[in-house]
Amino acid sequence: MAKLFPTASQTIGPFFHHGLDRPGWEDLTTEGPLGQTILLEGRIVDGDGQPLGDALIEIWQANAAGRYAHPEDKQAKPLDPRFRGFGRVKTAKDGTYRFTTIKPGAVPGRGNAMQAPHINMTIFARGLLRHLVTRVYFADESANGTDPVLNSIENAAARRTLVAQANGGTPPSYRFDIVLQGKGETVFFDV
Amino acid sequence: MSDPIGYRREQPDRQPPYLHPAYGSTVKRAPSRAPVRIVATLSEVTGPSFSKDGWNGPDAADLIHHHEAEPQGQRIILAGRVLDEDGRPVPSTLLELWQCNSAGRYHHEGDQHDAPLDPNFHGGGHVVTGADGGYRFLTIKPGAYPWRNQHNAWRPAHIHFSVFGPAFATRLITQMYFPGDPLLPLDPIFNATADEEARHRLISTYDHSLSEPEYALGYRFDIVLRGRNATPMES
Repeated sequence: MAKLFPTASQTIGPFFHHGLDRPGWEDLTTEGPLGQTILLEGRIVDGDGQPLGDALIEIWQANAAGRYAHPEDKQAKPLDPRFRGFGRVKTAKDGTYRFTTIKPGAVPGRGNAMQAPHINMTIFARGLLRHLVTRVYFADESANGTDPVLNSIENAAARRTLVAQANGGTPPSYRFDIVLQGKGETVFFDV
Repeated sequence: MSDPIGYRREQPDRQPPYLHPAYGSTVKRAPSRAPVRIVATLSEVTGPSFSKDGWNGPDAADLIHHHEAEPQGQRIILAGRVLDEDGRPVPSTLLELWQCNSAGRYHHEGDQHDAPLDPNFHGGGHVVTGADGGYRFLTIKPGAYPWRNQHNAWRPAHIHFSVFGPAFATRLITQMYFPGDPLLPLDPIFNATADEEARHRLISTYDHSLSEPEYALGYRFDIVLRGRNATPMES
């Protein structure tokens, strides 16, 4: 039986700049990790379609081989000392954000299932008393068809909110828009 | 590989809801559907690692000696521990904080409150917790400030805390308040959490043993992160 219980979450508010804005944390490739460099970019809007110019977005992902830089990931895959797997960026006034990162490899799910390559995403903003969690999958990954988490979302339109669209370019760009509420509402997860 | 052991699910009344109309900004930002539960995979039980002087940069625990002079306001020492639900320390995790100045204004272009900026105070700091989960900051007591949520709305004095813990699933951003603040019963953000004990855990305690003679007052604030399930299978 737990002795304590978790501290309640509170909103990040609109003025987190001096605490959390770390220039450079939006680029996960500065040390030259292995793998395909990509841009992950998009826009975040509220229930009226208004952009969130004051949100903070964080990502956590595996390396190109599909291993997390964390002691509990004991897979027999190489760690990449040049890749820490974590990024953070604040949105611009027009609600847009952009990370430079690498395409993650696939990591195992529960049982013998494999998960499709994905990036874990956390969203903070004024008006969010608790942060939101979602996952970014990639439209050009055939493994999406068998990913247990993605396919636990029965509604096809809702499932598509989790899939970043490949837009080409150099480096290749993936577009992942986030809708907090209403039509096209992004699927969020309780982890 | 065996399945990972997940983190305990939280009790709803001990966390604020997404939609809380008394806090107006939630109305258009709260998702209309409940989040979909994921039974833990490696993606949720792993998370970024930090260390003293690691990629996260050196600690910045002193918020008052960065400028030409010290900031205006009441000096405070703010200390505590990051623990899990079983009371175990959470070491080597990144703790970041930010706050407004003693007049109740943030050093931020978006803050248009007509209170003086203090050129000697920017209001941000961060440390990596020690082996005992402990942290300590030197700062000034923030002021209360008005906001436009409702008529004559004032936020109680507070300091924002961000902490990671061992996993993606333990991420937390919260706010710490001060004991005896008459604005607490009026604040829709503080009061969004239904459980009274959970709310009161957000209030720091004055700790005379932390105070330093002729120098600063001490406040203590412990942060508790989610603990681990006992087995891989959730009940």
